Amino acid sequence: MDMELIQQILIAALKTGTPLLLIALGELVTEKSGVLNLGQEGMVLMGAMAGFAGAYYTGNLFLGMSLAMVAGITMALLFGALALSLNTSQVATGLALTIFSIGLSSFLGGSLVGSTIPGFKSIAIPFLSDIPFIGNLLFNQDILIYFSFAIAGATWWVLHKTRVGLTVRAVGENPHSANALGIKVIKIRYLATLFGGAMAGLAGAYLSLSYTPMWMENMSAGRGWIALALVVFASWRVGYLMLGAYLFGIASILHLVMQGFGFDISPNLLAMMPYLATLIVMVLISSDSLKQKLSTPMSLSKPFDPKLH
Amino acid sequence: MLNVQPRIESAKLMAWLSPFIAICLTMLASSLMFILLDVSPLRAFEVFVIMPLSDSYNIGELMVKAAPLMLCATGLAICFRANVWNIGAEGQLLIGAVVSSYFAIQAGENAGVGMMILILTSGVIAGAFWAAIPTALDRFFKTNIILSTIMLNYIGLYTLLWAVHGPLADPQGFGFPESAMFADAILLPLIQEDGRASISIVIAIIVALITGLALFKTLPGFIVRVYGEDKAAARYAGFSSNKVVWGVMLFAGALAGFAGAAEVTGPIGQLIPSVSPGYGYAAIIVAYLGRLNPFGIIISALFMGCLYMGSDLAQIELGLPTAITGLFQGILLFFMLACDFLINYKISFSSKKIPEKPVLASSADSELVSSSESNK
Repeated sequence: MDMELIQQILIAALKTGTPLLLIALGELVTEKSGVLNLGQEGMVLMGAMAGFAGAYYTGNLFLGMSLAMVAGITMALLFGALALSLNTSQVATGLALTIFSIGLSSFLGGSLVGSTIPGFKSIAIPFLSDIPFIGNLLFNQDILIYFSFAIAGATWWVLHKTRVGLTVRAVGENPHSANALGIKVIKIRYLATLFGGAMAGLAGAYLSLSYTPMWMENMSAGRGWIALALVVFASWRVGYLMLGAYLFGIASILHLVMQGFGFDISPNLLAMMPYLATLIVMVLISSDSLKQKLSTPMSLSKPFDPKLH
Repeated sequence: MLNVQPRIESAKLMAWLSPFIAICLTMLASSLMFILLDVSPLRAFEVFVIMPLSDSYNIGELMVKAAPLMLCATGLAICFRANVWNIGAEGQLLIGAVVSSYFAIQAGENAGVGMMILILTSGVIAGAFWAAIPTALDRFFKTNIILSTIMLNYIGLYTLLWAVHGPLADPQGFGFPESAMFADAILLPLIQEDGRASISIVIAIIVALITGLALFKTLPGFIVRVYGEDKAAARYAGFSSNKVVWGVMLFAGALAGFAGAAEVTGPIGQLIPSVSPGYGYAAIIVAYLGRLNPFGIIISALFMGCLYMGSDLAQIELGLPTAITGLFQGILLFFMLACDFLINYKISFSSKKIPEKPVLASSADSELVSSSESNK
């Protein structure tokens, strides 16, 4: 295989992996605080719809992107109001959020189907993009991909090197102790959930403003769910999460690669690949159940009611 | 002063009232939405509630939509009762439809009742098989059932698309992604003369009734309920968790598979890409709205059928997009969850705080959700 082709595959993997990385980063922080939000898929869709609508009507991509994040945060706030303030089951509320968001995004975005906009352009970083092989791969991408690198780095740093991160992790591991130390458990959980919403919204913006600059019903195609599996795969670590996101990226473009090599397989069977890969990965990671148990935030999906303490 | 106090015991009355409160609140919220859309709420009420019940054709269509919802929701309710988060009814329904279509296209006009039973049985087995995959993964590898069933929904959808584009496509169909029309001989008998409602609604009601009796009056039903409410207690009592999880999953898969088979051999009469307008997902809401009680599900499935029917009519009468169904379903489920707050908490208007620390009635439930989560 020549280097050109490998580079093309890696670039494609980077582009497909980025939305997964963004969603999973948000969910990772949310889960670290002990909240399981299964509404990712819905928040991504709302972000994609709002982002496209914003960019389409204002002509400003950054305004669209901001609107996407606001949409994601709004949906996360709805989740928080129910699951964190009213202590409803997090699993059921997350599913409800997804069902609601699928309906709302198709309803509000109905008139936008078929419209197109010029999406985000690649920005070549001077000098760095001239490095052979990796220059074009890492330093000649659009701004959202640079954002995703920065956010991944910042998330790791905040979670593991700052007091804020320690607080979030404490709330996720043992909310009772955190509460006894005077930490406002519910407030921290709200903030972590809202961060998850913002990231899901940003991932939606990436889909509808960069990856395929258009809006289509259900365009996230299960990425929100795959990202949930990704967080478990990465055992809640940012480094593994990046690696996993790009590996999933490769798995989801495998069908394009195979078609490129002239394999004659039905496109519908090939389209199953990312979901099949997720299933297989879920089986593989579960073989190490002890590690899994140790890395799962202790109070994940357990409601916490400060009135009872 | 508004005072929110956790209840020591969950309120029985509220548990029954909350679906109705949720429906009223959804109506209120949608009235506001209709006003924003410049549609008179009264006119919308007429289209969504009165028209679906106005003539026998519409009532038939309502039952056509209620049947698969009732079948899927009954299965899901049993799973949710046992704290098994099966979100896979959609995929199980689709695979049931695909496999039964494989047999159905081979049947000729002179096929008998035996062939019809074979076709339906193949759908049942296929649905149960599709549910067996995540169950096996859960039992042997402890993978998360929510995620594996959702992945299998997508894989099931692409299997359906592959089937209608390739092996099951109509050879005389000019490349349309559809199977040939099935022979009349194997179509389910209709229960009305001027509509499409078939015996599948009758079967769905009977299944829900039997499931309800089994859940509340028999030992297996008791085991499922104990397992769902307190895993530790079920273990001490010697109930096998393998049996419970396999049992509820295969049961739900079989019902969803039957629903798929009954769709293609019933109102549709062929295999098409849009076999299900999201019945498997809507069934989650139906199950909750029916309080995970098969008797309640008969009513909530008919209600949801009415909502689907209303949205179809609203598209014609008011020019509203069908996406509005999903929107209503989401709002309804949100209000439903919010109303459940009233079951576990008491809201009073006194300023006096009760100092003692009560036991939260819902804590058992939440503990179990999380313990099933920690499996992943």
